[in-house]
Amino acid sequence: MVKKRLIPCLDVAGGRVVKGVRFQDLRDVGDPVELAERYSALGADEIVFLDVTATIEDRRPPLELVEHAAASLEVPFTVGGGIAELEDARALLRAGADKVAVNRAALERPRLLTELADEFGAQAVVCAIDAKGGEVYTHGARRARGVSAVRWAVKAARHGAGEILLTSIDTDGTREGYDLALTGAVAEAVTVPVIASGGAGNAGHLSDAFDAGADAALVASIVHERPELLPALKIALKERGWPIRS
Amino acid sequence: MKVVLADYGAGNLRSVCAAFERAGAEPVVTTDPAVVREAPLAVVAGVGHTESAARGLEERGLAEALRDRVAGGRPLLGICVGMQLLFGESEEGGQGLGLLAGPVRQIQARRVPHMGWNALSVSGGELLAGLDGADVYFAHSYAAEPEEPVTVATVDHDGPIVAAVERGALAGVQFHPERSDRAGAKVLTSTITWSRSA
Repeated sequence: MVKKRLIPCLDVAGGRVVKGVRFQDLRDVGDPVELAERYSALGADEIVFLDVTATIEDRRPPLELVEHAAASLEVPFTVGGGIAELEDARALLRAGADKVAVNRAALERPRLLTELADEFGAQAVVCAIDAKGGEVYTHGARRARGVSAVRWAVKAARHGAGEILLTSIDTDGTREGYDLALTGAVAEAVTVPVIASGGAGNAGHLSDAFDAGADAALVASIVHERPELLPALKIALKERGWPIRS
Repeated sequence: MKVVLADYGAGNLRSVCAAFERAGAEPVVTTDPAVVREAPLAVVAGVGHTESAARGLEERGLAEALRDRVAGGRPLLGICVGMQLLFGESEEGGQGLGLLAGPVRQIQARRVPHMGWNALSVSGGELLAGLDGADVYFAHSYAAEPEEPVTVATVDHDGPIVAAVERGALAGVQFHPERSDRAGAKVLTSTITWSRSA
């Protein structure tokens, strides 16, 4: 049986890891690759790097960071932020990323997911969805798109996304638990794996997300503050009976 | 030891290179069929759609070089889509190298792609010695269904999926050793030892 994954997410801005609350008030928490290596050593099952300023500033993805991470990490990693076309993804994957996460560009042109899947395989294509009140938002939670997150997730998977990274803007950074209604609705509507994101505060929250149908759980604030929580979370989840990698 | 990675255009080769370096080898990425033909160990690795990968191998003359190697008994390792390319027709599209008998079919499971860490059930071979029960990282929607007795490991994802094959100097792993932490490092160390004796 495939294990439930714990995935530290590193929000990157200007080459540094940052973390905000509800997508606002970003503060510096460290060097991306150093942090990723530390999390890997502590048992992270994957790493996600999201360039949170890329779309807003219309910049292209951080290739140097990816090359550095690819050479030193021994667990898989996904890179997202600012991927607008096939060649952006190709550059990231050739630089060593295992998967790319596409957000706004896919929403505006779903066919991009198909092009990516046809070229690199669906397993390398993550569709990142940010939702507030069940509706899709882009531009760092600044712009409502008038589309239901569940409906978009289904469409994205049909177009070629091999995984959905589902972030609730409502719960992001609050440490009050994942958005279980949203997670459950998306996990039930699609057959690709779903990563729950936004709101992890303790092992119970992760367990609840898995109960709701998530295949993996993103963690940020709690492990940035106390990285040693990562192995503790894994042990606690194992004790609750979840299949977790030792 | 020199390890040559056949570059077909879409592969994630940097990670595989780094992992072979950590295992003490000297990896080289090339599109040159002659270099692939003569290497002590050749590897086909990375992410990619089987159709575009197969086309990339054929167009560059790499497919022929790989077939020559296998005909001459020189070691070849396929990783992930590289393992699928050792087989015949793929439901994803395209035709593999046909070095091993059997098709590549879409995985039938509640969640596809088969994504994440899963425990190996090892039944033989050299590359996965000592790794029965070890978790390694998978990311694939299609899997080989060998029609000859080459399977040396399976993994359970709503039913068994072939995780590794070996036949003489030819081997394939469906998971990503370069992203499978300590267990993956062990696979690559064993692969180097195996290729020296193969």
